[in-house]
Amino acid sequence: MTTTLSNPAFEITCAQDQATIVLTGEWTLDHGRRLESIMRQLPVSLGEVRKASLDLKRLDRLDTLGARVIEQISHRLGSDGVRVEMQDASERHLTLIGAVRHRNEPVVPPRRSRLVELLADVGQTVVQAGQDLVRGISFIGEVVVAIGRVMLRPASFRWASLVTQLELIAFRGAPIIILITFLVGCIVAQQGIFQLRRFGATAFVVDLVGIITLRELALLLCAIMVAGRSGSAFTAEIGSMKMREEIDALRVMGLNPVDVLVVPRILALIIAMPILSFLASMAGLFGAGLVSWIYGGIAPETFLSRLQSVINYRHFSVGLIKAPFMAVVIGAIACIEGLNVKGSAESLGQQVTASVVKAIFMVIVLDGLFAMFFASIRF
Amino acid sequence: MDAAAQADQDLIIKVRDLVVAFGEKTILDGLSLDVRRGEILGFVGGSGTGKSVLTRAILGLVEKQGGTISVFGSDLDSVSEAGRRELEKRWGVMFQHGALFSSLTVAQNIQVPMREYLDLSPTMMNDLAALKIEMVGLRPDAGDKFPSELSGGMIKRAALARALALDPEVVFLDEPTSGLDPIGAADFDDLIRTLQQTLGLTVFMVTHDLDSLASSCDRIAALADKKVVAVGELKDMRTSTHPWVKSYFRGKRALARMKG
Repeated sequence: MTTTLSNPAFEITCAQDQATIVLTGEWTLDHGRRLESIMRQLPVSLGEVRKASLDLKRLDRLDTLGARVIEQISHRLGSDGVRVEMQDASERHLTLIGAVRHRNEPVVPPRRSRLVELLADVGQTVVQAGQDLVRGISFIGEVVVAIGRVMLRPASFRWASLVTQLELIAFRGAPIIILITFLVGCIVAQQGIFQLRRFGATAFVVDLVGIITLRELALLLCAIMVAGRSGSAFTAEIGSMKMREEIDALRVMGLNPVDVLVVPRILALIIAMPILSFLASMAGLFGAGLVSWIYGGIAPETFLSRLQSVINYRHFSVGLIKAPFMAVVIGAIACIEGLNVKGSAESLGQQVTASVVKAIFMVIVLDGLFAMFFASIRF
Repeated sequence: MDAAAQADQDLIIKVRDLVVAFGEKTILDGLSLDVRRGEILGFVGGSGTGKSVLTRAILGLVEKQGGTISVFGSDLDSVSEAGRRELEKRWGVMFQHGALFSSLTVAQNIQVPMREYLDLSPTMMNDLAALKIEMVGLRPDAGDKFPSELSGGMIKRAALARALALDPEVVFLDEPTSGLDPIGAADFDDLIRTLQQTLGLTVFMVTHDLDSLASSCDRIAALADKKVVAVGELKDMRTSTHPWVKSYFRGKRALARMKG
C-alpha cells in the first residue's frame, strides 16, 4: 500500500476528431491550485475535437473538489459542442460527480455604484440618528412610567437588584474614580501654578481648581468613568440576556423587562452618581491642595481659607444638580443599546461600543447645555 | 498483511479502556468501542451518562485519565502536534447547537477550515461553499445569511455543511436530529445516509432518536453504567438483556413505534 502523494495530471491522445483524456493522480483538496489550473488548461489544450472521453481508470483518489473540477470541465466542453463521456469510472466516482452537479446557478447580487452606496449610507445614518433620538426619548418616558408604577406599589420593587447595582456602580467604582480625580486635581493645580507664577498670581490657583473641579471636572470624569465601567456592563448584561431569549422569557411570564432590569439600574445610577461625584470633587480638591502645598508653597491652612472665601454653595451644588441627569442619560443609553442586541456575538460587541461612545458624547453635550443654562440664570 | 492487521486498518476509531473523570466523579470507566470504516454508528445512552463526553474525549476536548484512543490507526497520546493537525483535517464535527460562528455568514463559516488548511482561489472557495450548501439541502441564498437568521433545522444543515468542508473521512454528529420535527428529522436522516454513500463517509452519531437509529444506523452502541454495554444491529439491541438497553429499545415508546 503506497501512501506517496501523486499530483493530479492528465494525458491527451488525439485520433482524428476524437480525444481520450486520461486523468491520473489524486484529485483532492490538497492539490487545490493545481486542479484549478487544470480546469482552465484542459479545455483549451484539447483543440478541435468533436468527442472526448474522460478516462478515470488511473485516478488514485477523488473528493468533492476533484469531482467538481471534472464536472466543470465536462460542462465547459459540452457547451463548446463536444460530446463528453466517462470511461472506466467506478460507481463511487460517478455518484460523486453526479452529486456535485449544480442544480441551480449561483446568484450574483447586483452591484450599485460607489456614489449611490455612499449617499445611501449617509442617508441611512441620518435617519438612524433621528430614530435613536426618538427612541431615547420614548424610552425615558417608559422608564418614568415604570418608576411611577413602582411608587404606587413599592412592594413590587426589586430592592435586592437595586442594592446589588449600587454596590457594583458606587462601592466598587469609587476607588478608581477617586484615584483618577485625585490625579487630575494634582495635574490641574500643577499646571495652574506653573502658568500663574509668571504673573505672580500663584494664589489664584485655588480659585481655578476649586471652581473647575466642583462645577465641571469631577462630575465629567465621574460620568465618563461610569459610562465606561457601568454603562458597558449594563449593555453587555442586558444584551446577552436578549441574545439568549431571557428577555422574551421575562415578557411571557408577565414581567416587564423595563421594571425588572432597567428601573433598578437607572435608579441605582441616579443614587450613585451624586455620591461618586461628591467623592470625586473631594479627591480632586485634596490632590490640588497637596500639589499647591508641595509644589506651589501654599500652606494647607491658606489653601482652605482661600477656598472658603472663593467657593460658595452654588459652585458646590451645580455639580450635584447635574449628576442625576447624567445618570439618566448613561443608564438610558446603556439599556437601549442592550435591548437592541441581535443574535450574534459581533452585534453584542458593537452595541457595547456604541453604548459607551454615545453615553460619553451625550454626557459632554448635556454638560455644555447645563453650562449655558447656569450662565444665563447667573447661578 | 494478516487478517488481524487488515481488521485494524478498517477501524477508524479504536477506544480501549477509556477512563474519564471530572474531579471525584467518574463519567466513563473502562469504555471500549470500535468504529469501522464506512459505517454509521449510532451511540445511545441516557441523558447525562457521558455520550457527549466520549465524543469530546475522542476529539481531545476533555482530558482522559486512562486508556487509549486511536483514530485512523494512530494513538492520540503519541501523535505529534503536526500529526494532530493532519488528523483534524480528516474529521469533521457537527456540534449539537451548531456552534456556527455568529459573526460570519453561512458561506464564510464553511470557508473557515478551507482558508486554514487549503490553498484555493476565492472563486473556487465560493464555488465549493455553494456546493456544500446545496449538498446539505439548503437554498442557495442561505449562504449569505447569518446564523441568527436561520431556523433550527437550517442551523443543523449549515453546521453539517461546515463539518463537510474539508471532505473528511469521518464526521461526528452530536444529536443531529434533536429539536427537529419528525419530517425534518427524517429528511436529515436521509441526508446523512445519502452523504455517507456518495462521499464514502464514516459517521459517529450521538443520538436519542429511535427513528434515526432504525432508519440510518448500521450499528448501535449503548452506553450505560459508564461503559458500552451492548453493540450491534437494532435486532441485537432488542434481544439484549441489560436492563437499560431493554427499557430503551423495548419500552413503551419503542414498542409504539414498532407497531405504528
